[in-house]
Amino acid sequence: MNFDSIKLQYEIPANNFTAAGEIVSSMKKVLSHLVINPAVIKRVAIAAYEGEMNAVIHAGGGSVEVTIDPDKITVKIADQGAGIPDLELAMQEGYSTAPEDIKQLGFGAGMGLPNMKENADVLDIDTRVGQGTTVVITVYIR
Amino acid sequence: MYFHSVTLDEEKCRGCTNCIKRCPTEAIRVRKGRARIIDERCIDCGECIRVCPQHAKKAITDPFDAIYTFRYRVAIPAPSFYGQFKPSVSRNRLLNALKRLGFDEVFEVARAAEIVSAATRKLLARPDVKKPLISSACPAVVRLIQVRFPSLIDNLLKLQSPMELAAEIAKSRKAAAGNLSPGEVGVFFITPCAAKVTSIKAPYEKQQSYVDGAISMREIYPRVLETLEKGCEDEDLEQAGYEGIRWADSGGEGLAIGTDRFLAVDGIHNVIAILEEIENERLEDVDFVEALACTGGCLGGPLTVENKYVARTRLKKHIEEAKQKGIPPDRQEKTEEELVWSGNIEYRPVMKLDEDLREAIKKLEALEQINRELPGLDCGACGAPSCRALAEDIVRGMANETDCIFKLRERVRNLAMQMAELEAKMPPVLDRNSNGSSKENVEVEGDEG
Repeated sequence: MNFDSIKLQYEIPANNFTAAGEIVSSMKKVLSHLVINPAVIKRVAIAAYEGEMNAVIHAGGGSVEVTIDPDKITVKIADQGAGIPDLELAMQEGYSTAPEDIKQLGFGAGMGLPNMKENADVLDIDTRVGQGTTVVITVYIR
Repeated sequence: MYFHSVTLDEEKCRGCTNCIKRCPTEAIRVRKGRARIIDERCIDCGECIRVCPQHAKKAITDPFDAIYTFRYRVAIPAPSFYGQFKPSVSRNRLLNALKRLGFDEVFEVARAAEIVSAATRKLLARPDVKKPLISSACPAVVRLIQVRFPSLIDNLLKLQSPMELAAEIAKSRKAAAGNLSPGEVGVFFITPCAAKVTSIKAPYEKQQSYVDGAISMREIYPRVLETLEKGCEDEDLEQAGYEGIRWADSGGEGLAIGTDRFLAVDGIHNVIAILEEIENERLEDVDFVEALACTGGCLGGPLTVENKYVARTRLKKHIEEAKQKGIPPDRQEKTEEELVWSGNIEYRPVMKLDEDLREAIKKLEALEQINRELPGLDCGACGAPSCRALAEDIVRGMANETDCIFKLRERVRNLAMQMAELEAKMPPVLDRNSNGSSKENVEVEGDEG
């Protein structure tokens, strides 16, 4: 076993709007055992929440893998959804492809990806149309 | 090192699991048949006092006679005090009865609450204030933020609490009048909860509290009743308007802010849910959050006498009467600068496994590993609130895996199987069925766990 880093895994169920919040809560609980600046944990939590919500809204759920290393926290969110056809457009604030019924619920304001970018030190998006999207959020601890 | 009002009555505790399951900071373990409070984690919310079927959890308050150590004595009743009595008794009669118990003066915390509200309104209007502003009126919530929501420390309303302000006003008035030294004036808070007692004995926002003692509402209740029965000549002691009185109930502080953009939450577990929302930046359209640890706000405090729903109805009557009476003229207000905390609070990482990050990661990995092996029933029989908390205790060296009764059973079962296996083995000289080999002749069924 590699004791220098630790991995946590979570499943994101489809169409479950409370799951993302629950995953983030339990992630934060785990992170509270480490001596990490609260501002770092907050950034991880916000970016992860946005990513998880994207998987809920657009991709019928997915999976989350959190890796904690002594120098960084990495959150990998993978789904088998429709993929993002135009990533540059999707990164723009306010651009949204969320269905109308989701927007009426107050979600899908087009801030998800921009918000992730703002809170992550490195945001890596690998997306294939028709196959799915994998988002890797990295936040450095120091 | 830590003062706590919430303590355990060893005689009464039976070592059941009610309190460990409800504690919002996982601060209680059962050891040797008794609950133990982990001092650094306890936030004095009083949840355990409420849920203990044996009444083994208690709040340390000052005995009533403590007031006699001072020459000049001031009572400052919490607004929730008014909700504890029959609706036929007016607020002024209550204040008079309280005074007659042995005080020279009564000053309503409700009045100080109005001053705090006015200052909060001004603070909220400033462009540099971090929103949502979270009320600091409930000390248990402030301590919860300190241990569990460190990123929200900046959102706290860092103004003196109504209790502190009431005591300060009472003391400075008396000092200004002369002939008494500050040490001769004793200010006593009539408290609905344990958290306030802790905030007097060990304040987090400054060096020393202006309040000299806290008397439990439960203790003073029968004395007030007795005095009310005797009847008393009334002098006008009412200073507070309806907005200050309303602070007793959940939503009262928020309503006094005069904006629709406030959220009021009560009950410590509900408060945690809302703080999570704020921390994840999901609470839009809210400028002010009033968060109270007790369900029903201060009316639901663990040291109150009356049922909180009944008390709420009674409080309404006092609010209505105060509305009709109108707000007294010539009121002194204070600016937000005058009320700002002299100290500040810091994050207390009470859950950390190790100072060193690498070490902490190792321990966390071990914790996760142990947690996966535990049954996940969160039964509490090991004395920890959940399987995960037991895993944490094991990693900290405070518990063993066999503290889990299911793990213990598994070990006993394996041991029993090994014994059965060994028992079936015969020395070759006695074994009539043997054809000479010492081969195993008994199959043991069951998994190896």
